[in-house]
Amino acid sequence: MRLRNPFVMESGVFTTNYRDDMAFHFPVLAKIRVAVILLLLFLLPFFASTYFVSIANLAGIAVIGALGLNILTGFTGQISIGQGAFLGVGAYTAGFITAKLGLPFWLALPAAGFVTALVGAVFGVPSLRLKGLYLAIATLAAQVIIEFVIVHWETVTNGVHGMFLPAPGIFGYALDSDVSYYYLVLTACIIMTVFCFNLFRSRVGRAFIAIRDRDLAAEVMGIDLFRYKIYAFALSSFYVGIAGALWGHYLRIISPEHFTIGVSIQYLAMVIIGGLGSVMGSIYGAVFITLLPIVLRELSGLLANYLPNIEAVILGLKEAVFGITIIVFLIYEPEGLAKIWQNIKDYFKLWPFSY
Amino acid sequence: MQLDLDRVSLHFGGVTALSEVSIQVKKGEIFAIIGPNGAGKTSLLNCISGLYRPSSGRIVFEGKDITHMSTHQRPLLGIARSFQNIELFSHMTVLENLMLGRHIKMKSGIVSGGLYWGKAQREEVMHREVVEDIIDFLEIENIRRKKVGTLAYGLQKRVELGRALALEPSLLLLDEPMAGMNSEEKEDMARFILDIAEEKGTTIILIEHDMGVVMDISDRVAVLDFGRKIAEGSPEEIQCNPKVIEAYLGEQVS
Ligand SMILES: Nc1ncnc2c1ncn2[C@@H]1O[C@H](COP(=O)(O)OP(=O)(O)OP(=O)(O)O)[C@@H](O)[C@H]1O
Ligand SMILES: [Mg+2]
Repeated sequence: MRLRNPFVMESGVFTTNYRDDMAFHFPVLAKIRVAVILLLLFLLPFFASTYFVSIANLAGIAVIGALGLNILTGFTGQISIGQGAFLGVGAYTAGFITAKLGLPFWLALPAAGFVTALVGAVFGVPSLRLKGLYLAIATLAAQVIIEFVIVHWETVTNGVHGMFLPAPGIFGYALDSDVSYYYLVLTACIIMTVFCFNLFRSRVGRAFIAIRDRDLAAEVMGIDLFRYKIYAFALSSFYVGIAGALWGHYLRIISPEHFTIGVSIQYLAMVIIGGLGSVMGSIYGAVFITLLPIVLRELSGLLANYLPNIEAVILGLKEAVFGITIIVFLIYEPEGLAKIWQNIKDYFKLWPFSY
Repeated sequence: MQLDLDRVSLHFGGVTALSEVSIQVKKGEIFAIIGPNGAGKTSLLNCISGLYRPSSGRIVFEGKDITHMSTHQRPLLGIARSFQNIELFSHMTVLENLMLGRHIKMKSGIVSGGLYWGKAQREEVMHREVVEDIIDFLEIENIRRKKVGTLAYGLQKRVELGRALALEPSLLLLDEPMAGMNSEEKEDMARFILDIAEEKGTTIILIEHDMGVVMDISDRVAVLDFGRKIAEGSPEEIQCNPKVIEAYLGEQVS
C-alpha cells in the first residue's frame, strides 16, 4: 500500500506543470479563433457602416452591464432587478463629474464604477437574510428608491429634465464620433471580460459559485457569506456603473426614463438567454437582446413592401417577442445561448460521425 | 482535552434533539457516535461545526469557548466536516471543490484574482499542489476534472472527505462517511480514516451505522438515544452494555 502524507510539501521542488495545466488551455485552433475575432473587432469600423458601429457600441456597453448582472445573479445566485437603477447611478455619477464639475472623463469613468459599487453594496445588505423572491423584491425596492432619488435630487440630476453630457475626451482626444467611441467601448469590454474570466478561476470567484451552489457548505469551508455576498453586489455594481457611465456619455443626454425597471428586465433577459453563470453567455445575450428590436424593425420594413400594415403589427409585437423568447429559453434551454453554442461545437467535433 | 462538550442541549420548538450531552474528545483519537435514527447525532455535529447553536451548554475547543462563534470562523481554528447528505458544489469539478477547501489558506482578493498576475497565480499553483497530494492520497486522480454531480455516490463521499482534508483540520467531523457504500468502498474509506488519524494526528469524530466498522476503527464510542448520551466507552465495553443493546433492540421492535 502506498502511503502519502497529503500535508507535507517537498520544498525546493518547483514544478511548473500545474501552472501550465492551469493556464487557459487553448488548443492552437482556439487561439487562432480568438485572435481572428479580436482582429475583426478592431477592424470593424473600417468595413462597417456608421450605423452598424453605433449598434456595436450599444451592444458593447450592454456586454459590460450583462457581465455585471451575471456576476451577481448567474455566478453568485443573488437575483437583482435593480440593474436599471444601478446603470443610472453610474451614468449620473459620471455625468455629474464631467458636466457639472467639469472634470475629465477618465476620472469620471472609474468614479462611476466605485460609487455604483458602494451603492450596490449598501443595497446588498438584505441579501444576508433574504433569498429568491424576497431578495428580488428587496432589489426592486432599490430600483424604486434610486429612481425616486434621480427624479427628485434636481441639483445633481436636473430631475425629469435630464442632463446633457459633454463628449468624453481622453488625453486631449475627443471621443465624439461613433468610431472613436467604439474603440473606447471595445477596450473596456475586453478588459472587463478577461477580468471576469480570471476571477472565476481564482479564489473569490470560486467562493461566489460555492455560495450559489450550496451556501451551507460554503460557510463550513470558512467563507463568510455576508462578506462575499456584499463583494458580489459591489463588484457587479462596479461593472454596471461603468456600463452606465459609458452609456450616458454615448447618448450624451440622460434622463430618468433611461433607467427604469424595463431596463432591469432587459438585462435579466440578456443573462437568462445568454446563459446564467457563463461569461461568454453574457456576451451572447447582450448582443442578442441589443439586436432583437433592430432585426425586428428591419424585418417589418422589408415586409412592409408586401404587407403595408405589417409594420405596426410587428412593432406592437416587439414586447411580446421579447417575453416569448425569455420563456422559450427558460423552458427549452435554461443554460442559454452559451449552452447551445457548446452543443453545436460538440456536434462538429464529432462530425461527420455525429449521431 | 481537545474538544469539550459540557451539558449541551438543543431544542426545536417542542422537539428535544439533544439533552445535556457531555462529551470529551482527546487529541488524535477516533471517536465514534452511534445511535438509532433521530437520536441527535447529526445535531451534535452541527453544534460543533456551528450550523446549530445549542440552547444551553458550552462547547470548548482547544481551550476556546466556541459555543457562539460564527460558523465560518470555526474552520480557521481547524474544524472541518463532511455531511450526511453530500453537500458538494455539484457544478464544479473535483479539483475546484478541493480548491474551495483551500479557501481559508489562501489570500488573493477580487483585484489580484481578476488580474491573475504574479501573486494570485503563484498562490493558485502552490495550493493546487497541496490539493493534488490529497487527490493522490484518496486515489481519485482519474476523476479530478469530472463535474462532481456526475460521479457515483461512493466517489462523491470520497471527494467530500478530500474537500474537508484540504482545510488541514485538527478536528475532522464525518457524518456517516460510509453510508450507501459497498463493502469494498467501506474498506477503502476506513483505511483513509485510519491513515489520516495516524499520519497527521487529526482528531476524528465519526457518525456511523455500520457496527463492524465502528468497532474496528474507533478508539472510543458514545451512544445517543433520544438526544441523551446513554453510554460511552471502548468498543468492547459498548458492545456488551445492556442499555445500548436495549436501545437498538427497541428500535428493531418498533
Ligand atoms: N432543523 C431542524 N428542525 C427541526 N427539527 C430538527 C432539525 N434538525 C434535527 N431535528 C430533529 O432533531 C432530532 C435529531 O435529529 P438528527 O438529525 O440529529 O438525528 P440523527 O441521529 O442524525 O439521525 P439519523 O441517523 O437519521 O441521521 C430529530 O427528531 C429531528 O427531527
Ligand atoms: Mg444524521
